[in-house]
Amino acid sequence: MGYPHKPHPKETVVLSQYFGDADARTYKGWVKRGGYEALAQALKSDPVAVTDIVKESGLRGRGGAGFPTGLKWSFMPKEKKRPHYLCVNADESEPGTFKDREIMRWTPHALLEGTAIAAHAIRAEVAYIYIRGEFTEPWTIMERALGDANAAGVFGDIKIHLHRGAGAYICGEETALMNSIEGKRGNPRIKPPFPAAAGLFGLPTTINNVETLAAVPHIIKRGAAWYKGLCLSNPKSTGTKLFSVCGHVQRPGNYEVTMGFPLKDLLYDMCGGPPAGRTLKACIPGGSSVPILTREETEACLLDYEGVALKGSMLGSGGVIVFDDSADMVYQIMRLARFYAHESCAQCTQCREGTAWTTKILERILAGQGKTTDLDLLLDLSENMTGKTICVLSDSCAAPIVSGIKKFRGEFEAYLAGKRQPVMVS
Amino acid sequence: MTDNLITLTIDGAPVSVPPGTLVIEAAKQAGVLVPHYCYHPGLPVAGLCRMCLVEIEKAPKLQIACATTVTEGMVVKTQTAPAKDARQGVLEFLLINHPLDCPICDQAGECELQDFVFQEGQASTRYAEFAKRFNPVEDFGPDVLYVPNRCILCTRCVRFMEDVAQEPVLNVSERGDRAFIGIHPEARLDHPWAGNVVDLCPVGSLLSKDFLHKARAWELDKTASICTGCSQGCNISLDTRDEVVVRVRPRPNLDVNRYFICDHGRMHYRWMNRGDRIEAPLIRHDGELKAVDWDEALDRVVGILRGASGGGKAVALVSPGASSEALAAAKRLLSGFTWTGAFQVVMGEEAPLAGVPNLALRAERAPNAKGAEQLGYTRDYAPALAAAKTAAVVLVLDDPDCAVETDGALLYLGTVLGDDAPCRKAEVVLPIANVAEEEGTFVNRDGREQRYFQAKPAPGMAQPAAWVLGQLAQAMAPPLPVAEVS
Repeated sequence: MGYPHKPHPKETVVLSQYFGDADARTYKGWVKRGGYEALAQALKSDPVAVTDIVKESGLRGRGGAGFPTGLKWSFMPKEKKRPHYLCVNADESEPGTFKDREIMRWTPHALLEGTAIAAHAIRAEVAYIYIRGEFTEPWTIMERALGDANAAGVFGDIKIHLHRGAGAYICGEETALMNSIEGKRGNPRIKPPFPAAAGLFGLPTTINNVETLAAVPHIIKRGAAWYKGLCLSNPKSTGTKLFSVCGHVQRPGNYEVTMGFPLKDLLYDMCGGPPAGRTLKACIPGGSSVPILTREETEACLLDYEGVALKGSMLGSGGVIVFDDSADMVYQIMRLARFYAHESCAQCTQCREGTAWTTKILERILAGQGKTTDLDLLLDLSENMTGKTICVLSDSCAAPIVSGIKKFRGEFEAYLAGKRQPVMVS
Repeated sequence: MTDNLITLTIDGAPVSVPPGTLVIEAAKQAGVLVPHYCYHPGLPVAGLCRMCLVEIEKAPKLQIACATTVTEGMVVKTQTAPAKDARQGVLEFLLINHPLDCPICDQAGECELQDFVFQEGQASTRYAEFAKRFNPVEDFGPDVLYVPNRCILCTRCVRFMEDVAQEPVLNVSERGDRAFIGIHPEARLDHPWAGNVVDLCPVGSLLSKDFLHKARAWELDKTASICTGCSQGCNISLDTRDEVVVRVRPRPNLDVNRYFICDHGRMHYRWMNRGDRIEAPLIRHDGELKAVDWDEALDRVVGILRGASGGGKAVALVSPGASSEALAAAKRLLSGFTWTGAFQVVMGEEAPLAGVPNLALRAERAPNAKGAEQLGYTRDYAPALAAAKTAAVVLVLDDPDCAVETDGALLYLGTVLGDDAPCRKAEVVLPIANVAEEEGTFVNRDGREQRYFQAKPAPGMAQPAAWVLGQLAQAMAPPLPVAEVS
């Protein structure tokens, strides 16, 4: 496959500049490329000034929620009475998303540098990078990079720890991640209190995504105005974003584009469109947890927080899952629901029981044993599973079901009417 | 005080509560019970059953009443369509895997799942045709069975063991709909306070082996009482079925035992149902004890006391489980004598409940030692026993096995009298009620006076000791001397 690919001319290469360049992984190689200059600069400035630059840049969280990063940092207590913590969410498990893995594989020092800058900005002495358990290669690379950077003493008084997950999707939820670091079961916590008030070990904590932090050194070095200028559409969405494209496209992979870039160009020009002879049917633009877009919506969608929202979905983590006309949407949605049923932490009633129940109904429909009332039942259960639980896992299970039934109702009805060959589901 | 209160409205009713109060607690004050499962005032808030979702004006979505603190002017609505729908949704999800085996479930009748489904659940299921989750019953500990099929995973038991007992042997194992309450593979649920998980369980998932299939909840009469297991004075409810005590449960008292009792206290009730009781007054006649009526027996005692009175010595050897009323009456009865009163306390191991200050199964295994002390009874039991030898009158109160020997007249008031009991030598034996059969007062180790009530009738002609001693005191010396109660 020749991965990573050479940058496409339409890409705006910032984070992915050194993807594929093994020398950039090393400490020396990173320094040679201008690495750790931003950190040195940040450590000399006042934390508030660093926060202000990031605020000004318009950088928003790349983990899914899109919360303004500088604003999040500024929520930390002004007067530091107790230790502060920084958590880095490298538990990238959202189906369809594989951007953080590449950042850690190729530019581990970018993440470490961004981490240290953020820790300085929020006046944290300790940062934890929580790395997904299955990420063996990124783990090894990060471990070496951290060792080299520590040996060079670039972090000053900031101590960075790597923490390895044990394979639970829910540990990517910010408070579950904190519980996991504390050695507890990875259950999301009820909010409030929010992490900035009582996070890791009950102390003020900020948590950021890998991609968010990897962008921070660039912002410090090249200025907020430069980053803010990276914007093709809505001024509230700035900078570049990595999109992990998978599914029915000719050239899947990570693509970095400026915010506001047309999804259509990403899929057709850069990824080569659907395989020969196939046409685009649907697309999940932001990781498995967001509503599905139809072909028409996909082709008219601009890739920024507002643009995707306008089409009724979310930018999420930037995991773009593409379906061509050969895809069985009922089956695909069942697979998603099954994933959430498997990963539910079992705390909230709606999620624990609802994810499993909806999966069973979808399996029943696929097996040709669905009932005419099943679609209404699915929609009603989805309603009960939305906006009522501690975290959004339950909502994430409901989102593709609701949008799937709304947009591809015909496929469901074909199964229900016996017009479609039942599928073996195991 | 009133300056600091926060006023809010719950279902149209204004209510004022201290800052920091949770909406669910404020609602109780307004007379509104917000349905809930995971919330329990004695445990840390978990906020996970999602049953207590209510509408709060200006909030973008429904909020859980158990984790939301009150704010000034807050308007809470529990009966709006969205809140009711949300709760109905939760109930439906809780029931899909619930076996609905209420007819054989001990919890039936006092089950919160039953109650709330009856109140606002759906009449039929939409989960038809799918198999329900099945896991076998597990033996968790000496008195606790776990029936996972009925479990709604509210985690009250887990939080009790973790945060209150502070012996975290329970957890939630597995994820999603496969989840169940797990126990550490090398541990047993044998903490001295473990039995509380059975009370805390809102459904019939954690069962007491002692109470298993003993009674239906609706057959039970409940009586407020005080535990006699130690000097802590935990508030309890004596649950009786057909005049037999079948279960002891904690009765909340935030100042004494919060919501909990220890297993020792919980199991300390079988003696209350003993069948081998003294059922009639007995007097010595021709060397033998003979059953008589109360008048004759009391006359005999009065005769003995009158014959012996006049500055002689009297010794009262009492049980520290006797009521303060009985102890005071005994003292008053013997006021014409040079009087010594003493008691002895059985000692055991202290077992604190780590998460609650000043709550433990106390080493001193008697409920009213403090009350006895306050009335002038002494712990110097051996000298009193020695003094009994030469006393004119010796009164033994509910301590049939005390090794009493006397040249004077021995009077025994008690519930039982074994064949070899030293008190068989008494001139008069008067049958009295036990703690479940009378009303009275105990003073706990901290000096708190607490009342207990009658749960069942006394057998035969037995009467409360306070009544018996009061009758005697009255007969002895009208006008009555003023009782010296310190």
